[in-house]
Amino acid sequence: MTGIARDGEALKGAELEGRLDRTWRPAPGLWGWLTTVDHKDIGRRYIYTAMTFLILGSILSVAMRLQLARPESGLISPARYNQIFTMHGTTMMFLFAVPVMEAAAIYVIPLMMGTRNIAFPRLNAFSYWTYLFGALLLWVGFVLNVGPDAGWFMYTPLSGPQFSPGKRTDIWAQMITFTEVAGLAVAIELTATILKFRAPGMSLNRMPLYAWAILVTSIMIILSLPAVALCSGMLIADRLIGTQFFNPFEHGDPLLWQHLFWFFAHPEVYIIFLPATGFVSQIVETFTGRPVIAYPAMVLAVVATGFLSFGVWVHHMFATGLPRLGYDFYTAATMAVAIPASIQIFCWIATMWLGKPRYATPFLYVIAFIVTFVIGGLSGVMVASVPLDLQFHDTYFVVAHFHYVLVGGAVFPLLGALTYWFPKFSGRMLSEGLGKLAFWLIFLGFNIAFFPMHITGMLGMPRRVYTYPANMGWDGLNMLSSIGVGVIVLGGLVFLANVALTLRRPRDAAPNPWNAASLEWAAASPPPPYNFPHVPVVRSATPLWEQGPLPVMTGLRVDDRELLITTAIDARPDIRYPSPEGTIWPLLSAIALAALFIGSIFTPWAVVIGLAPLGVAFLAWFWPKGSPTAEPVIE
Amino acid sequence: MADGVRFEGDLAALPTHGFGHRSITWWGIIGFMVVEGMFFALSFAAYFFILDKEQTWPPAPLAPPDLLAGSLLTILILLTEIPNSWIKRAAERYDLATVRKGLVVMSAAVIPLFVLRGFEFASLNVSWTDNAYGSVMWLLLFLHTTHLVTDWGDTLVLTALMFTEHGKEANRFVDTSENALYWRFVWLSWLLIYLLIYWVPRWLP
Ligand code: HEM
Ligand SMILES: [Cu+2]
Repeated sequence: MTGIARDGEALKGAELEGRLDRTWRPAPGLWGWLTTVDHKDIGRRYIYTAMTFLILGSILSVAMRLQLARPESGLISPARYNQIFTMHGTTMMFLFAVPVMEAAAIYVIPLMMGTRNIAFPRLNAFSYWTYLFGALLLWVGFVLNVGPDAGWFMYTPLSGPQFSPGKRTDIWAQMITFTEVAGLAVAIELTATILKFRAPGMSLNRMPLYAWAILVTSIMIILSLPAVALCSGMLIADRLIGTQFFNPFEHGDPLLWQHLFWFFAHPEVYIIFLPATGFVSQIVETFTGRPVIAYPAMVLAVVATGFLSFGVWVHHMFATGLPRLGYDFYTAATMAVAIPASIQIFCWIATMWLGKPRYATPFLYVIAFIVTFVIGGLSGVMVASVPLDLQFHDTYFVVAHFHYVLVGGAVFPLLGALTYWFPKFSGRMLSEGLGKLAFWLIFLGFNIAFFPMHITGMLGMPRRVYTYPANMGWDGLNMLSSIGVGVIVLGGLVFLANVALTLRRPRDAAPNPWNAASLEWAAASPPPPYNFPHVPVVRSATPLWEQGPLPVMTGLRVDDRELLITTAIDARPDIRYPSPEGTIWPLLSAIALAALFIGSIFTPWAVVIGLAPLGVAFLAWFWPKGSPTAEPVIE
Repeated sequence: MADGVRFEGDLAALPTHGFGHRSITWWGIIGFMVVEGMFFALSFAAYFFILDKEQTWPPAPLAPPDLLAGSLLTILILLTEIPNSWIKRAAERYDLATVRKGLVVMSAAVIPLFVLRGFEFASLNVSWTDNAYGSVMWLLLFLHTTHLVTDWGDTLVLTALMFTEHGKEANRFVDTSENALYWRFVWLSWLLIYLLIYWVPRWLP
């Protein structure tokens, strides 16, 4: 095996880094941009795209709040309003929240695990393009006035062929297929990366809590996304080729839609929330200077939340009429979700209590998260009780509730995490002054906007109405909500300005500017294409807080892309494994897939005809290039 | 890694591949099997959800699907496990000649399955447009057919690959072994679908 260059005493420092760089750097220019399979490139791209959809979704919400600021306002027509709230909900849930959580993990997890790339990096590139094309389908449709308009959960029979003729719903259903393919691919990559690419010594019980959160989230995605892909497939079949799944006249049942949809969409809320708890755990650890207490309890809480979230979907259907025992069971199960959530919250608070908190911007977002999420959790326990739910169902109380958990439970931690990892992403620290200003505007604006909605809801204002009569007692509260949204928008602009101004400064961030403990902070900021020159070794749950220089292992190949596979539980070194080069075929495959999906909206034959180009693209993708490597062929 | 590093151990002697759960391919295949298993499981749930609303199954006056084509397919697909296991074992001892032969046999063995599958669609005795029962029967058969198609595609590509110089690479033997694993999933899931399509309508009143 001589003649193969490997890192070690003889090859280290600048010489090693130069050669690794040549091996791992994507091709230059536009071609490199289209063919890269580096998890950092794809992750950054995914984050930017998802944040763009956060902005677009927010613009739609501003439009709604302008319309609702005053009674009997005529700014937006009823039909347009239907499209806008549908697009807002769909964009936020499918194009922003789930993708952004996976996106952050695509960037962070391989670094945190101490490896050089994600598992299945080409699939990762394919996933991004598929997501992008699905998102474009929806938004181009909306701009061309064929955007969906039957609400983000697309209930049948309203969304069925009889009540929603035209292409609006089909576009929605195919957008789902795109994003589910993309989401499932990433979930499989992340599961494999977390279980098999960990640095030597990072046994499961030393894994950062964020990695636990992402592992459980990925498994939840694998188990739940098929439900929505299946039911949206059935819906489009009902609409286009005349199946009868949801048609009660031919013995189908609209409730089948509700079951399948919520079997996915309740876990979806936790798919958004659990990664956010992972952000919170990392930020709490770093900014209190001590590990989060009761690690086993934290891990169990994450796992328990994942389990429980599959047992409660029916609580979205309390108003459909259920057997008595069904009500009791699903109420109890729903309230039980509060237990692991509370355990986590108590552990974070105790850690802050015992540690020495530094009130930097990421930490402020964590505090805002705890406050907001507790309020949202309490209103959640309220609507878990059937008599209250029957009152609040479809009112603004519910809108207030789910924004407290979604914005408080996911967007605040996300903004904290973006601030926290920004030096890693870009090599620069965001300004603390602007960061804090943005934080306060967003946090206060959020509460001004959404707290009053609890009351408007209790006063009887239904959701999804394009306007309301004057003198119902709702006028002042609605105006207040709209003003609050104005404040959020200001905060958002300050956040963006902060990012824009920072990106214009030269790179100056140290590898570990916050003095954090996990491995991603051992790589340079931003990391080189190969992440780490040597394979880092882990001795504790907080490797970078150990004394002395970082222990590493040597011997991976330098002139070929290679990384280390370790055993799933103990992370003992097991195999040196080749990691694929960049290639154009994931992009071309995604284009072929997009042609097939979009074509199928117009004719079922697109599925048959579209298979040929897709097959060719996949073939080219998987066919090995060049001659076999210099390694012994059969050992 | 600004503050310097301490070398402690070398990885050069590690192997570059391993079978089963040591390989990343295995984890990917398991992941996809779980995803597809969920698709099947949820379709089964939809089947029983629709069944639950009917007075009889199949709803009168429909007749249950004819048994012949589906049963022949079931026998044949069970028999394919013989060459399949043969390939898997050969791959795990790097026996290229046997792997090549086995893959050719497998690629050919799937073709009669497609013919029988065509007859199966014709013997359902219901169209997908007739009622929800018809829709769900077609759904189950369609979902399974997509698995036949994709696995056949995989097998063809792999067969071609094993006849080139790439076939000598150790990780291709891993791929071959995992491809055989996936085929087991395809026929195991078929056994359940076979029961749901052909026998549950006969057992229920
Ligand atoms: C910028 C802050 C936001 C504002 C001002 C806002 C505002 C609103 C309003 C006013 C509605 C109710 C529309 C109606 O029923 O007539 C709504 C619905 C909704 N929002 Fe938001 N929202 C924001 C952020 C988010 C985020 C971050 C998410 C998800 C992660 C989200 C998810 C939803 C969903 C799922 C609906 C239900 C849509 C439907 O009824 O089909 N929102 N939002
Ligand atoms: Cu729920």
